[in-house]
Amino acid sequence: MNMTRRFSINWKENAFAYALLLPSLVFLVMFTFYPTFKSIYLSFFSSTFGAQSFVGFEQYARVLSDDVFFKVIKNNLILVIGTVPTSLLLAIYMAIWVNNKMKGNGFLRASFFYPTLIPMICIANIWLFIYTPDYGLLDKFLSLFGIDGANWLGEPGWVMYSMIVMLIWKEAGFFMIFYLAGLQNLPGDVYEAAKIEGAKPFHVFRKITFPLIMPTTLFCMIVATTNAFKLVDHLYIMTKGGPDNASNLLLFFLYETAFSFWDMGAASVLTVVLLVILLAISIFNYAYLDKRIHY
Amino acid sequence: MYRVINRTLIVLLGILFIMPLVWTVLTSFTPSIEVITRMNPFSVKNPTFGNYLAAWETIPFLQYYLNTIIIVLGILAVQMITVTLAAYAFARLTFIGSSFIFIVFLVQIMIPPDILIFPNYAIMKELNLIDSKLAIMLPYWASSFGVFLLRQTFKQIPVDLDDATKVDGCKWWQTLFYVYLPSAKPTYVAFGLISVSTHWSNFMWPLIVTNSVESRPLTVGIAIFAQSFETGAQWGTVTAATVLVILPLLAAFFFFQRQFVDSFMHSGLK
Amino acid sequence: MKKLALLILVFAFIISACSNGDSSGGKGGEGGDGPVKLQFYFPVAVGGPITKLIDQLAKDFERENENISVMPIYGGSYQDTMTKVATAVQGNNSPDMAVLLSTDLYTLLSMNAIEDLTPRFSQSYFDGFYDAFLGNTKSGDQVWSVPFQRSTIVLYYNKDKFREAGLDPEKAPATWEELREYASKLTKADGSQWGIEIPSTGYQYWMLQALSLQSGENIMSNDGKEVFFDKPHVEESLQFYMDLGQKDKVMPSGTIEWATVPSDFISGKAAMMFHTTGNLTKVKNEAAFDFGVAFLPANKQYGSPTGGGNLYVFKDIPERNKEAAIKFIEFLTQPERVAQWSIDTGYVGTTKASYETEALKQYVADFPEAAVARDQLEYADSELSTYQNGQVTKIFNDNIQAALIGTMTAKEALAKSQEQATGILKQFQSK
Repeated sequence: MNMTRRFSINWKENAFAYALLLPSLVFLVMFTFYPTFKSIYLSFFSSTFGAQSFVGFEQYARVLSDDVFFKVIKNNLILVIGTVPTSLLLAIYMAIWVNNKMKGNGFLRASFFYPTLIPMICIANIWLFIYTPDYGLLDKFLSLFGIDGANWLGEPGWVMYSMIVMLIWKEAGFFMIFYLAGLQNLPGDVYEAAKIEGAKPFHVFRKITFPLIMPTTLFCMIVATTNAFKLVDHLYIMTKGGPDNASNLLLFFLYETAFSFWDMGAASVLTVVLLVILLAISIFNYAYLDKRIHY
Repeated sequence: MYRVINRTLIVLLGILFIMPLVWTVLTSFTPSIEVITRMNPFSVKNPTFGNYLAAWETIPFLQYYLNTIIIVLGILAVQMITVTLAAYAFARLTFIGSSFIFIVFLVQIMIPPDILIFPNYAIMKELNLIDSKLAIMLPYWASSFGVFLLRQTFKQIPVDLDDATKVDGCKWWQTLFYVYLPSAKPTYVAFGLISVSTHWSNFMWPLIVTNSVESRPLTVGIAIFAQSFETGAQWGTVTAATVLVILPLLAAFFFFQRQFVDSFMHSGLK
Repeated sequence: MKKLALLILVFAFIISACSNGDSSGGKGGEGGDGPVKLQFYFPVAVGGPITKLIDQLAKDFERENENISVMPIYGGSYQDTMTKVATAVQGNNSPDMAVLLSTDLYTLLSMNAIEDLTPRFSQSYFDGFYDAFLGNTKSGDQVWSVPFQRSTIVLYYNKDKFREAGLDPEKAPATWEELREYASKLTKADGSQWGIEIPSTGYQYWMLQALSLQSGENIMSNDGKEVFFDKPHVEESLQFYMDLGQKDKVMPSGTIEWATVPSDFISGKAAMMFHTTGNLTKVKNEAAFDFGVAFLPANKQYGSPTGGGNLYVFKDIPERNKEAAIKFIEFLTQPERVAQWSIDTGYVGTTKASYETEALKQYVADFPEAAVARDQLEYADSELSTYQNGQVTKIFNDNIQAALIGTMTAKEALAKSQEQATGILKQFQSK
């Protein structure tokens, strides 16, 4: 029956399928496609408060040559490099060592995972206090060892590291879950064989586990990279992007441009830039990485 | 030997991860002055409910909880319908342009609505929906993530079952309701939990489209509260308010830990 | 069939939810003869039960004016409230009145959002306010807002620490030289106590403006179209600001979080601080030691910018709403209310008459520190306010931070601020 369907167009089924897709498509068109094209269109107009005029690529030149723009792109890159590998490695490590029925593992899993559930805004409130010089938790802890803590959020040299540590804390547990799922699908007999041969744990990990969970790693990598561009809520609470934009990120800069400076043109350009970056990441993923992991 | 070292490390790591939460909860019971003068950050000399009372009095928590719950459930309810229908179409029907439509759906995963805050804000303005809960919900009523997740599950349901119900004279929606929904229950639970926890946490978009207490969700309410002090940090009250916001999520997590972890694991399997 | 009914029910629910949303998104009717409803946007910028005080004021007003009802809408911080107001105005859903930063004047003007208040009040009404506060209400000769919750910067100092360091606890530093000298005596080498803290997040432009006013004239023109960031006296001021941390080491280096400075002062970590008068009540309630409040030390002269929020009335609303809003403003600025507001919140009373009331006289007698801010008004001037204020302020703020953290010299930071700000303001200068 399926075979015959392939060769003749079943109009009824077609109409039915599109009717089912319609509700989703309406919202997709309205809030994903229309705004995307609207941004592209508006990015060629200079506009503040009502007055609009066509400027073409001039606006791109203005926005892309801005120092702050350069800085936020750089910070976003630092954030990707700083958070993605570390949180994935940490996640693998945690997953491997809580992936058995040992006592206390349920609790450990919970304590690694709960930061994922807490809204970024609440995390920012908590970590703002953790990083507060002198009476914050971190400085109190360091003072036990006689170390004078830095001005974690107030010095440009520290602020990105501070943010990175916080984001790793938030995200590692999330990725751990995917690795737990991945580990459960691994063939047990390979490990038995390795055990009999007396292979060292690290060796087993490098030669067997790591290659086998590569698909999970790639999946997590994409999610983590995208998140590095999406997660900006904490800036609203912690630094507003300061000091001197040292912690500012693209999406937050876009927010400021649109809703504090009311520079609609520049905000559209920044939206387009962000779209291009995210599309590039996804296309790289689907076109290149996906082919490589299906061995 | 390896085991002992790694076990110790992992336990230390666990303690490190749980520390911020413990500290937050303790601080929420500490009087403001004590917070800045105490030597040991985990000691509470005069535990007090004062911070909670102050937070509860200044923030209209009940209204914010209600708003968040309406928003979260409103999103979920509509998502369930749109997602089910689309997933069924993708899993079971043959139609012209299916791969194109598939890519159309894929785009939403690449460009999540969270990025389109500025143009979507302009659209809400045109629709005259600024400062309504509806404006917060609308962009999330289609969920490609949900569609793909469910499509995968639907595909695993034997087609024979489908045909059998047809022979029995069931309409398509009856089949969907009696065959597909029950078999995909774990996926629905997974999607539901993920959707709820994501939208409970959402901040930037609601911040932009809401103005009033009547439409603002918890996250925006507490952020505004935490930022509103020209006079300096109110450690006690802000931590107390923070605990009040995350408490329902954490409580739900500890009660349904298995489902949570399973759901998230489930969603990662491609 | 039951299931179908359920499905229909669900859809019905959604549709009704949608239409509910629609009606709440729009604005209620406002024409006709019914009572006037005033939408009043309000920030909650200081601690304390501000929302309750405002609700109470609204109620008292409604009792006197049965035909008017006031609906306060709390927008959060000043920035958030401004964003909300701008959003509403853009959406043709203008509020009736709002308390917004006095410095948002030009932004509101370029949105063509606010009503000219010059013809709405008598000259003598405006004369009742302190001059320093009127500065930011005007563009040229037109008055666009009424001072409401206003503050200035003052020096807070810990008298106990002064005694410990062998300084006279009744004598605060009066000049920059003394400030340096005192601060170094009050700084402990192990980092457990700093001589002074001047915050440098969020409001660093305000702090630098204070130092600049102490060294010379103000840093912008009074039509909002020009800034003077690269003048030598501003550079001298920024250099002083930087040196306290970088050279003299009497202040923590890096940026100092606005919100934690008062905590530092209360916990004794900072012996002196520059902060808003809005903080007086908090410090008074929480400090376990004897503290003093004084004028900011002078370089060539005393000086501080004013700060805080003004009352604005919007343009795109019916005439009777405007009249009602004016009435409410008059109500809010009566001497007794201004006095009570000052006592409850710690803001400076905005009118001279308020300091003649029994309540405030008594308060000042019991707590003389409360009068310092008022007395300093004689040397105070308008806060930085220009067209595209958000952007100009951010540029200035960023560059000041760059200088404070040592990535730029004072001269570079100011030259860059000037260049960027001029670039932004250019478009307004031809008008």
